Amino acid sequence: MNLYAAIFYLLSVILLASTVVAVTRRDAIHAVVYLIISFIATGLIFYLLGAPFLALLEIIVYAGAIMVLFLFIVMMLRLTPSQRTWKAALSQWAPAIVLGGFSLVLAAVMIPTDPASNPALKTLTAGPRELGRFLFQKYWFPVEIASFLLLIALVGALLLGRQEKKAKKTTRQEGA
Amino acid sequence: MIVPFSHVLFLAAILFLLGAVCAVARRNLIMILIGVEIMLNAAGLVFVGASLRWEHLEGQVFVIFILTLAAAEVAVGLALIVTSYRRTGSVNADRYNLLKG
Repeated sequence: MNLYAAIFYLLSVILLASTVVAVTRRDAIHAVVYLIISFIATGLIFYLLGAPFLALLEIIVYAGAIMVLFLFIVMMLRLTPSQRTWKAALSQWAPAIVLGGFSLVLAAVMIPTDPASNPALKTLTAGPRELGRFLFQKYWFPVEIASFLLLIALVGALLLGRQEKKAKKTTRQEGA
Repeated sequence: MIVPFSHVLFLAAILFLLGAVCAVARRNLIMILIGVEIMLNAAGLVFVGASLRWEHLEGQVFVIFILTLAAAEVAVGLALIVTSYRRTGSVNADRYNLLKG
């Protein structure tokens, strides 16, 4: 086992452990903070797999922007962690664990039988320059569609945030 | 030589299942959205691994689109959560059992 493989396994252990902890937290704030560790580990795995630009993008966008958005909402709503009995918890987790176990067995059977998954990965790097050139030469149209999607999401979020005020105003008018 | 491609696939499969379990088992809407994020992240991991496996940049390009999609999805999803919290006073998915708007 060489150094790269050792780093990969170390990072995957950190990634899986922090994700498991995040999924099982009762308090959403703890889950979000553990998820930041998980996303930073994913970014480092991206770096190891030869995608330095995506590694930085993962840390900036996922661990930075998206998780901070989650933190804002969790703190804004002032949620209290729910207390429930173990019976209710079992009825929640049992179907999920059956689903997870079944899919995991399926993956363990399917992945080794695929001949394309056998060869070891080479240490190659695609820098931001090559990636950007490739992206804007061959995929300029999807980039435009993605920017349009972001615009629609922005308008949708604004609309959803405003709707409640309008509804209140109409009810007040009806009452008056 | 890093690791066989199958190890990346296994890692992504376990990560995806953790996200799916989170989305299925938890009742908190924010935790469901976090589960969806974990699943998207696992999909991105497979794309980066496949990009290195076939030495082709298309996988990395796709991860950029997945990031865009995740950002848009989180913006709209959190706005929906805030709206439904204002309406019902709860983010528990079990509480949303009224069909009357």
